[in-house]
Amino acid sequence: MALDQSFVGRSYPPTAPYEVGREKIREFAEAIGDTNPVYVDPEAARALDHPDVIAPPTFVFAITFKAAGEQVIKDPQLGLDFSRVVHGDQKFVYTRPVRAGDRLTVTSTIDSIKSLAGNEVLSVRGEVHDENGEHVVTAHTTLVARATPAQDTPAAAQEAPAAEDAR
Amino acid sequence: MTAKVSYDDVEVGTELPAQEFPVTRATLVRYAGASGDFNPIHWNEKFAKEVGLPDVIAHGMFTMAEAGRVVTDWVGDPAAVVEYGVRFTKPVVVPNDEKGSVIEVTAKVAAKLDDEARTVRVDITATSADQKVLGRSRAVVRLA
Repeated sequence: MALDQSFVGRSYPPTAPYEVGREKIREFAEAIGDTNPVYVDPEAARALDHPDVIAPPTFVFAITFKAAGEQVIKDPQLGLDFSRVVHGDQKFVYTRPVRAGDRLTVTSTIDSIKSLAGNEVLSVRGEVHDENGEHVVTAHTTLVARATPAQDTPAAAQEAPAAEDAR
Repeated sequence: MTAKVSYDDVEVGTELPAQEFPVTRATLVRYAGASGDFNPIHWNEKFAKEVGLPDVIAHGMFTMAEAGRVVTDWVGDPAAVVEYGVRFTKPVVVPNDEKGSVIEVTAKVAAKLDDEARTVRVDITATSADQKVLGRSRAVVRLA
């Protein structure tokens, strides 16, 4: 069933602040095998004029996707069948890197809803601000609700975004 | 922001050092924990096959993170990346053995965008098992 176009432009309330910890950044950098000292060593970060260690560019997805998942994907009024949802596109636009000590809130907005070959394509914008209300990064996430099971879809977007969404 | 590459030193076509990133089941379990994405298609073969996938597949965001390393390693300071986007075109299939799979990443400067802001667009190619796994993979980077 086609998603309701009137949801385009809908914004959800800002999330409760997520506090970025040095050790969480370290854990993430190690998980992607990235040994750049700017992620783990405050001295190395300061040498590049950062007040504390910074996070790898894609770190913030865990925060923005949680916001999108809890607010948009599960919005009962929107009625997205999240068992069919896969991750299509992802883009980040940065004002500055996320860094340890940040308290980040996410404001999610539905940018577009399209129907392509029977698939529903939903674009969500997650704007991330720090505790002073300053913009940090915007995440643009495109989710595809497949019309058919995975084996029948073209190769595009066989990536499902979150555990509970695939069950 | 302190990029170690100068805008004046690059031209359209300048290649970034290519890299290969191995990915095993252990890599995926670790990434699941660090990212909070516990979707069973990334660690449970039975589940992956039930939903029509050939085997366990890597997190798309893991592939995006690895592809981005070619850019951040090149510029030194990851804060130089002002924009980064990808399309997930094919999954990285990860078999249950010690070898796993490999993500091969190349990148080159595709455009010099703004002489004043000293920004360039870098186009990234990521393949695994000879298949392109990312499409429209681009970063905008502010150089020194």
